[in-house]
Amino acid sequence: MSQASAPAPRFVQHKPLTFRDHLANIYHLVIKELRSIRADPVMLFLVIYSFSISVNTVATGAVTEATNLSVGIVDEDGSTLSRQIAEALKLPTFQPPVQIRASDIDPMMDKNKLLFVVEIPPNFEADVRAQRQTGVQVNVDATAVAQAGNGSSYLRTAIANEIQRFISGKDASTAAPVNLVVRAAFNPNLKTSWFSAMTQVINQITMLTVILTGAALIREREQGTVEHLLVMPIVAPEIMIAKMIANGLVILVAATLSLQFVVHWWIGAPINGSLLLFIFGAAVYSLVVAALGIMLGTLATTMGQFGLLAIPVLMVTQLLSGSSTPMESMPVWLQYIVQIVSPTPHFVSFAQAVLFRGANLALVWQPIAAMTVIGAVYYAIAQARFRRVIFGG
Amino acid sequence: MTGEPIARVKSVSHRYGTTVSLDDVSIDIPSRIMVGVIGPDGVGKSTLLGLIAGVRLIQQGEVSVFDKNVADVRNLTEIRGRIAYMPQGLGRNLYPTLSVFENIDFFGRLFGQGAEERRGRITELLTATGMEKFESRPAGKLSGGMKQKLSLCCALINDPDLLILDEPTTGVDPLSRGQFWDLINTIRARRPQMSVIVATAYMDEAERFDWLMAMDDGKIIATGDLKELLAKTGEKNLDDAFIAMMPEAKRALHQKVVVRPRVVSADETPAIQAEGLTRKFGDFVAVDHVSFKIPPGEIFGFLGSNGCGKSTTMKMLVGFLPATSGTCQLFGQPMGSDDMQARRNVGYMTQAFSLYGELTVGQNLALHAELYHLPRERIAPRIAELLDRYDLKNFVDARPDSLPLGIKQRLQLAVAVLHEPSILILDEPTSGVDPIARDAFWRTLIDLSRDDGVTIFVTTHFMNEAERCDRISLMHAGRVLAVGAPYDLVKERGSASLEDCFVGYLAEAAGIDMTKTAEAPAVDALAAEAPLGPPARFSPGRLWAYARRETVELLRDPIRLAFAVVGPIVLMLAFGFGISFDIENLKMAAFDQDQTPQSRELLQGFEGSRYFSVQPPIYSDDEAQRRMRSGNTQIIVEVPPGFGRDLLNGRKPEVDVTVDGAMTFRGETAKNYVQGVIAKQGEELKRSILRPGTPNKWSNDDIEVRFRYNQAFLSVNAMIPSIFMLMLCLIPAIMSAISVVREKETGSIANFRSTPITRFEFLIGKQLPYIAIAMINFFTLYLMAVFIFNVPAKGPFVVLLIGTFIYVIATTGFGELISSFTKSQVAAVFATTILAMVPAINFSGMLAPVSSLSGGAKVIGLAFPSSWYQQISVGVFAKALGFADLWPSLAAITAIALAFLALSLLLLRKQEA
Repeated sequence: MSQASAPAPRFVQHKPLTFRDHLANIYHLVIKELRSIRADPVMLFLVIYSFSISVNTVATGAVTEATNLSVGIVDEDGSTLSRQIAEALKLPTFQPPVQIRASDIDPMMDKNKLLFVVEIPPNFEADVRAQRQTGVQVNVDATAVAQAGNGSSYLRTAIANEIQRFISGKDASTAAPVNLVVRAAFNPNLKTSWFSAMTQVINQITMLTVILTGAALIREREQGTVEHLLVMPIVAPEIMIAKMIANGLVILVAATLSLQFVVHWWIGAPINGSLLLFIFGAAVYSLVVAALGIMLGTLATTMGQFGLLAIPVLMVTQLLSGSSTPMESMPVWLQYIVQIVSPTPHFVSFAQAVLFRGANLALVWQPIAAMTVIGAVYYAIAQARFRRVIFGG
Repeated sequence: MTGEPIARVKSVSHRYGTTVSLDDVSIDIPSRIMVGVIGPDGVGKSTLLGLIAGVRLIQQGEVSVFDKNVADVRNLTEIRGRIAYMPQGLGRNLYPTLSVFENIDFFGRLFGQGAEERRGRITELLTATGMEKFESRPAGKLSGGMKQKLSLCCALINDPDLLILDEPTTGVDPLSRGQFWDLINTIRARRPQMSVIVATAYMDEAERFDWLMAMDDGKIIATGDLKELLAKTGEKNLDDAFIAMMPEAKRALHQKVVVRPRVVSADETPAIQAEGLTRKFGDFVAVDHVSFKIPPGEIFGFLGSNGCGKSTTMKMLVGFLPATSGTCQLFGQPMGSDDMQARRNVGYMTQAFSLYGELTVGQNLALHAELYHLPRERIAPRIAELLDRYDLKNFVDARPDSLPLGIKQRLQLAVAVLHEPSILILDEPTSGVDPIARDAFWRTLIDLSRDDGVTIFVTTHFMNEAERCDRISLMHAGRVLAVGAPYDLVKERGSASLEDCFVGYLAEAAGIDMTKTAEAPAVDALAAEAPLGPPARFSPGRLWAYARRETVELLRDPIRLAFAVVGPIVLMLAFGFGISFDIENLKMAAFDQDQTPQSRELLQGFEGSRYFSVQPPIYSDDEAQRRMRSGNTQIIVEVPPGFGRDLLNGRKPEVDVTVDGAMTFRGETAKNYVQGVIAKQGEELKRSILRPGTPNKWSNDDIEVRFRYNQAFLSVNAMIPSIFMLMLCLIPAIMSAISVVREKETGSIANFRSTPITRFEFLIGKQLPYIAIAMINFFTLYLMAVFIFNVPAKGPFVVLLIGTFIYVIATTGFGELISSFTKSQVAAVFATTILAMVPAINFSGMLAPVSSLSGGAKVIGLAFPSSWYQQISVGVFAKALGFADLWPSLAAITAIALAFLALSLLLLRKQEA
């Protein structure tokens, strides 16, 4: 090799890159991305936190179902019936009622101490017995939109049952002409923790994948390493796809573990459908939101801009996905827009169908197809912008 | 030595983790002269300067400056205004979007100078540096040399008594370097009492200094003036003297660089041929018709001033920047972008380190071997060969982030030659590398060229390196001024050295008259001035300097500004219309197995209600199962056979209803709706079909439900206040978090460390603009609430205004708290999002009332300002509450805001560890 008159090497003609070579490039870039992720303990900690403690706290601590509701009673009657009514309000739906004076109603409700106040007038029991006109008033804090409606229904039913029983000496249900049995399919006790645990896992998939992937791209650009990649025999799509796969994979694994250990074992939510089918859908979704992250990464030029862009996008995908509030409650035009621009509503409906209703692939191919199409559009935009952004216009 | 020592260092040791940076260093640094600190990378030069400048925390030992022990914060605060510190890196402590004037002005404000004084000083400094023409140019658009001059102006604004410069000329071209030192001399002539301490990697510069300290491995190995050092070692120049002073073991590694003559081969097809290569960025012509031919095996030096288009030319040569016009051929093959063939024949080393800092040396090499598709069996031997040849064996498992620059550059070269390219393109490969490492690097370049016939295209600012090239070209402002062998160029121009020749060409092209030397003005009045007193403990001026600068920077980033202002508007529209708990149109289907008038009467109740959307009936159990599973039916009412008969006989027939529980809120609501309908229809049936029941005056309708605060019970009335809470939390938090961490990443945090600004002034100053933005958001949102959503505040607006103001102080404060423990912007975005989104959305009372939260959720909810602001927002908008009711919430937010500020103050370090 080290001869004094070594001939100058020529331009070496290499074989053109084959499809296999491209796959190999992607594979090696994925390994590189995974190593980068492993090297950042803070990020890993945040990922683990998000999928474990955070999911559990949200699922068990903040429930939108009407439960643990605070009730006050203004008992101006002080009779057996009024005491029976107070005793009928029991956990888990109601906190033990607080006896208050009529003058306390406003301040207590104003300060959010009580969501409901039941007012029982003087001589109530006597009036009911004597079949005189009387009434019970229920005050509801209607600013607690999620609980006010259902909570007041429960409260009304509970009070009505007590009064009926008092009148007829038997249970209200026996007095009714029809014996109504309501069963909630897929979640018999309508436990929100099951639902919100799953929602929270979906939210974390979206949030973490978008930020991880977008940041990975911006960091590569800010540190100049992407310049280096581009002088190698590598094409831009390989870089983008590798980032999507690597970050998507990390989140997918975390989400699957979270579903199994946190949602299923710790919180106790059942998984009615096929876990494998869910993982498949989640894999598709991870790639789609990773493409969203890459796209945002090519729209913003600095981390500061990326942060400001990502937050609203994440909030919209999360709050308008049909997981926090029902999709049907949105205006129709907004439903269309959200379902066209965001993959999350499709994934939410997929996840609900698989995890709760045990749906099979035949029933859920539509949301999967919709997510894929949206992801492809994200990807196309990202790729169109990629070179332009790297070279600064 | 002249005068008393300016700084005394006694037994100082400093370590980063397990790496020892300074090892029991003791030295007295003389005052009123230029002191040079020389030595390889990573020997502790920067650490020593940082300790003297007071920007680093002393770990062990004692440092006194101006006879005051700087370990004592009070002493340090007192003398901070007399020390000026210019950190390493081209323009790292400047603000790129601020103009030259604004940059200096900012520093003037930090030192409490009045408007007139600042104006006078800035004009004086700019005239002295010859930058008066560029007063309004943004710092980011200056060349490297100009950035350093500007940085110097910023350091000099306060007439410091001690000027500390950390490698101020690294990466700067010889012309600008010369100008830089002339400037320092002029200023020193005017202010002879000023002491200067400079760290440098350029030995030729160090030769000009009055007194030198040579460092190696965290120790001072020699001190004295140039003559003493040369006499001690018996060498003729400082370069060689330095090597002679090194410990025996290291010296053994060094060999002089010998350039062997190039053997001209028979086939001289140019390895690189550029023809009229041009690149424009908008109107700016970065590279203007550059042409050259480089024969194979030649080492071609590409010299030029900073920002003259060298890097742009190289990017076109390696094929990732398309040329605007002109062509470039490699071995006679035209080069296009995306040309995979060409890429596999070229090795490229970027100016800044561009490998993966988080992968180990071995992993970086392996990655590149794979990506260049080396045959599998060649990978391991090739990597072993490279580790050996580039002396990287000891660092295989180390991460480049933790290695000195010299070793990183060797790794970059190893990666560049890994695939045995026939052309190497190297962009300032030795910038900032110490002499021994540089020589070693050049020996490998010469071996590559002479032994393997590799064509090397290299840029450098070191003239001794340029002399080793076969040919060089001189470039300025996008044009090539001259090409030829270094010796020929010197002879042609009749210069004394290559440096003179180069500087001559550049000065000529830039139109600078080199014969005019800056006249040293007589020692002026400033010299007699008494030393500055201690700066004020709190100064609104300094706070305002930061707030003002932050605002200007924000206004110059229209994208960030637009996101910040438009984002909340878009979200308000989306959420105002979109977030609703009003459940209507539940898809209901009947499975009527009875088909009697009674069953039809019962099911009648679902018709014509806005709550239900009646679907086609169901005819079998299977169908019921399937439809529920597919999600297109949410309620199934199953009426059993014999319902009508049983009802008539008073046997209480059973009605089975199944609701979809997959979305619990909807399921729960559906259950309640169904119960209501069945109960009502049951009563109807009872009344119409059965005999009248027991006469009773009591009816369940006597239970009257009153929806307070929101009589229509509309989600929008409750959601609008919640949107205020959400918007004014996340966006301000992320903006303020980024604003602090960005300074850490770009390096301008050094100004916080080296100037008299206090932590409190810094935090509040940076917070103010974001509070202002958030208040603008608040007014926009309020107008939207009133005019678009028709949800005006029922309570006093002023309470809402005060509450909002305190709330955004708290949320921006939360961002600053996050920024005090995160180091990168990525981590800041990540942490803010993860830590703020859950409490703001889930624990604030927006979805679930705080009174029904439990456990950790309740604790987090109450510790975060959102749950309290939610009360104020909802209270004023919906409940018509005033100050009397809401003061506890206001107090709570104030307490939280203060707690965030206190924690930030505690966690933010004025000195680096």
